[in-house]
Amino acid sequence: MSTTTNDAASIEAPRSGRIAPRYARTPGGKGNFEMLAWLFMRISGAILIVLIFTHLFVNLMVGDGIQAVDFGFVAGKWASPLWQVWDLVMLWLAMLHGTNGVRVIINDYADKNTTRMTLKSILYIASLVIIVLGTLVIFTFDPCPAGAPADLLADFCNA
Amino acid sequence: MSKLPAGTLYRGREGQWSWVAHRITGVVIFFFLLVHVLDTSLVRVSPEAYNVVIGAYKNPIMGLGELGLVAAIVFHAFNGVRVILIDFWKKGPKYQRQMLWSVVGLWAITMIGFSIRHLPIVFGGH
Repeated sequence: MSTTTNDAASIEAPRSGRIAPRYARTPGGKGNFEMLAWLFMRISGAILIVLIFTHLFVNLMVGDGIQAVDFGFVAGKWASPLWQVWDLVMLWLAMLHGTNGVRVIINDYADKNTTRMTLKSILYIASLVIIVLGTLVIFTFDPCPAGAPADLLADFCNA
Repeated sequence: MSKLPAGTLYRGREGQWSWVAHRITGVVIFFFLLVHVLDTSLVRVSPEAYNVVIGAYKNPIMGLGELGLVAAIVFHAFNGVRVILIDFWKKGPKYQRQMLWSVVGLWAITMIGFSIRHLPIVFGGH
C-alpha cells in the first residue's frame, strides 16, 4: 500500500540528483577551467625556472654580461634554432603565466563587475598583442639587414 | 589545540607575507616582461634603434634596476617551488615555514653571487 520504502537501493547517491544552483561548485557551467589554470601555473612555473635562469645566466653572467648585449649579440643567439625555440617557449609560457596571475589578482581585488571586466579586457588585449608581436619578431628576424653598418652586425654577416 | 579552520594555510605570520611578496614580485616581473618584449622587438626596426634602447640598460641606475628585477625573479622562482611543494608534497603544509626560511636563505646566497658578478660589469672595472 505504502509507496515509501526503506530499501537501501532506493536511496540516491550523493549529488546524483539536481543540485540547487547556489550550491553548484562551478556555477555558470565554467567547467574545470580554474583547476586547469591552477595546474598550469605549477607546470609552467617549474619549466620557466629552467628557461629564465638559463636566459639570465647566458645574457648577464657570461662574458661581459649586460655590456655585451647589442644587435649582434641577439643575431648571434637567434642564428641557432635552439635559442629561437627557447625564447619562443619562454615568451609564451611567461606571458600566459603572468596573464593568469594578474587575472587572479584582478578577480581578487576588483569588486565592481564593470571595473573587473574593464581591467581584464585591457589585460587580455595587451597580452595578445605582446605574444603575437614577440612571436613575429622571433620568426621574421633578419640578422643581417641590408644597408646596416657592418660594425653593428654579427661577424657572420661580413664573412 | 583548537580545530583549525579548513582551507586556510597560513592564517597570518610569515606565510601570509610570503603570499604578499609572491604577488608583488609577480606583478613587477609581468610589467617588466611587457616592456622587455617591446624593447627586444626593436631588432625588427633597425640595429641602431635596438642598440640605443638596450644601451639604456647599461647605465648604473638601470644596472641597479636589473639587480632588483633579478631579486624579484629569484624570490618568485624559489618561493614558487615552495608553493608547489606545499600543494603536492604530503608534508608540504607542515613544513611551509621552514621552507620559507630556506627560500630566503637560498635567495640571499644567489643574490650575493649575482651581485658579485653583475655590479662590477655595470659600474665598470670588470
